[in-house]
Amino acid sequence: MVAMSGGVDSSVAAALLMDAGHEVVGVTMKLWGGPSDTGCCAVSDVDDARRVADRLGIEHHVFNFGEDFERDVIEPYVADHAAGRTPNPCIECNRHLKFDRLVRRADALGFDMIATGHHARVVSTPAGPRLGRGVDAAKDQSYVLHVIEESVLARMLLPVGELTKADVRRLAMDLDLRTAQKPESQDVCFITNEHGRAAFLGQRIPLKPAAVIDRSGEQVGQVDSVEMVTIGQRKGLGLAGGTDPKYVVDVDVTAEGDRRVMVGEKADLVAPVTELESWRWVGEPVDSPLRFQCSAHGRVEPGRIEDGCRVVWDEPHRRIAAGQSVVGYDADDVVVGGGIAGRTPL
Amino acid sequence: MATSVDTEEVEVYLDHAASTPLRPEAQTAWLNASAHHHANPTGAHRAARAARRALDDARDEIAAALARPPAEVVFTSGGSEADNLAIRGVLHAQGGIAVCSAGEHHAVLEPVEHAGGLTVELEADGTVSPDRLAAVLDAADQPVSVVSIMAINNETGVVNDIPALVEVTRRHAPGAWFHTDAVQALAWIDLAAHVESADLISITGHKFGGPVGTGALFVRHGVELDAQILGGGQERGRRAGTPDVAGAAGFAAAATATVSARDADVARLGALRDRLVAGLRDRLGEVVTPTVLDGGAPVAAGIAHVVLADVEAEALLFLLDAAGLRASAASSCSSGAQDPSHVLAAMGVDRMVAQGSLRLSLGHTTTEADIEAALEHIPPAVERLRAHGGG
Repeated sequence: MVAMSGGVDSSVAAALLMDAGHEVVGVTMKLWGGPSDTGCCAVSDVDDARRVADRLGIEHHVFNFGEDFERDVIEPYVADHAAGRTPNPCIECNRHLKFDRLVRRADALGFDMIATGHHARVVSTPAGPRLGRGVDAAKDQSYVLHVIEESVLARMLLPVGELTKADVRRLAMDLDLRTAQKPESQDVCFITNEHGRAAFLGQRIPLKPAAVIDRSGEQVGQVDSVEMVTIGQRKGLGLAGGTDPKYVVDVDVTAEGDRRVMVGEKADLVAPVTELESWRWVGEPVDSPLRFQCSAHGRVEPGRIEDGCRVVWDEPHRRIAAGQSVVGYDADDVVVGGGIAGRTPL
Repeated sequence: MATSVDTEEVEVYLDHAASTPLRPEAQTAWLNASAHHHANPTGAHRAARAARRALDDARDEIAAALARPPAEVVFTSGGSEADNLAIRGVLHAQGGIAVCSAGEHHAVLEPVEHAGGLTVELEADGTVSPDRLAAVLDAADQPVSVVSIMAINNETGVVNDIPALVEVTRRHAPGAWFHTDAVQALAWIDLAAHVESADLISITGHKFGGPVGTGALFVRHGVELDAQILGGGQERGRRAGTPDVAGAAGFAAAATATVSARDADVARLGALRDRLVAGLRDRLGEVVTPTVLDGGAPVAAGIAHVVLADVEAEALLFLLDAAGLRASAASSCSSGAQDPSHVLAAMGVDRMVAQGSLRLSLGHTTTEADIEAALEHIPPAVERLRAHGGG
């Protein structure tokens, strides 16, 4: 079963698997029926996936997982923002939909393997199958795939991970696929450029103001919506001009509804540790030094996991917003674990 | 695919309620008309008049199938257009609001809801209750211009008591016209008698072996409605556009053939449907529950709607399709995915239960072999999914 998002990568993935002699069926998940700029699995992308499947001569099916998406992606996304966190819904979609719900459906229907068009690789190691980076470093997506469990990796195929993006587009053009020139999906599939995150969230939760304070506790600014603020932010904080730049170093939204945004100097933007509210090893815990990536195309920095609940950095590291993923790679650049950052105290 | 799913050997089409094969009579009539009548019937010359005559002959034939005057027939592109013309046409001409059942096809629900209308929930047996309709009409705070209740529900097959519902409308909303979406009905009931008191009736050809893209709205003399497609004033100003003569010929031939075969078909297909449902109950026991067949309300002979415990309809349809069986669950959206059933929701069926719904619908080409194949392939597919948490 090839999960076809309607993009060029999954289109080519399907073609490569057919070439390799697999019996391929394309599936698109219908996840979000609301307004969407063309992105991943939105309604118009289903048409693209279907016509690519027609071109390749494979069956194409659409599975409606809209309820799962609402419950496992949208609602937690909204709740996270309400709590002053910065979630990554695409990773939650991978966790709950692409590599859980869809895999269960594939099993029920008798598929042996599941494939996607992600730029990553399944690597065999003595410890078992692991996720490795795609050959095109600039397009590597292993970071967003850290949530895939070992048992699922064992039945996954990632054909495009061995190719550069340029190769993928070239193959798509050779095959005359309509998605050959399709732009990559940029933002979250349920947020449109026109209305943006504030409008989306504002429809579901009240957006509340918060005081912006400095490290001594003195108020220096104001934000209209604390739900939109993230760590490292410089602008939109209502600060007086002419001073040294200040950055958000902490967002505090308590259960009682207290809301504070704390700003600090650039030097305050780094910390010796990053607290984790969750951490999962792919297989057995790994002792050796790891390198951690904290954003989709961010740099990896060395550190280690302490007590299963924090990353201790070799060198002070920029603060990570609660809700962001932290992914650990070993010396062979293979994902050995991943987790979600919590709130790191100052 | 290393599975226990059979590879396709047969084509067992059990989705006639979605669309049914073109009857030979309809195909012949369509081909003849398209060969001879290429002229536009609205012209003045002989070729145009000949086309016009063919159109009117078709009109007469369709009207006869419902025992209504030919002047009532407005040709449309199908059931959705007929429904839209009825609801929007009356609302635009008269103002007020529309009332429909919560189990209507989207081609009625959407125009009604879009114009701020009201819906009537269904009973647990799938029918529309005259008392509940009366209550909604009494409570309406704006004048009701049109009440729309379908003759036969496309998902469950339940037959609504149109005469009683018309009666309620006359008493509780005397200013309202009564529309019935009879799209599913011609093959299964004495439609002419059943909808005699209705003012507006939608039918579509492809549900009874006519061509896709043909349909009609019957409009009782005296009903004011505004055309929704404006232009050259065809169909007495009720629906513009060059008439589809060949389509109308095929549509009419299908209607005639359906009505003459109806009694025999209802007996034959009803027996096959009953055997199918009994066979599934034998094999699957309490896992299968007919949605409306045990409920006491009349049901179209060709529709078998069931819910299967702990099964996801989408997954089941995939497995059945792989085995050569063509069926459906609720409604498909334009992406091809299955949407949850608003009909079952309107009946008060729990959402989780409704996820296991399956509609098997028979038609004029269905044979015993189809039923045997269904009984052979459905149970193992169901059992497989239940062993996998539903799918």
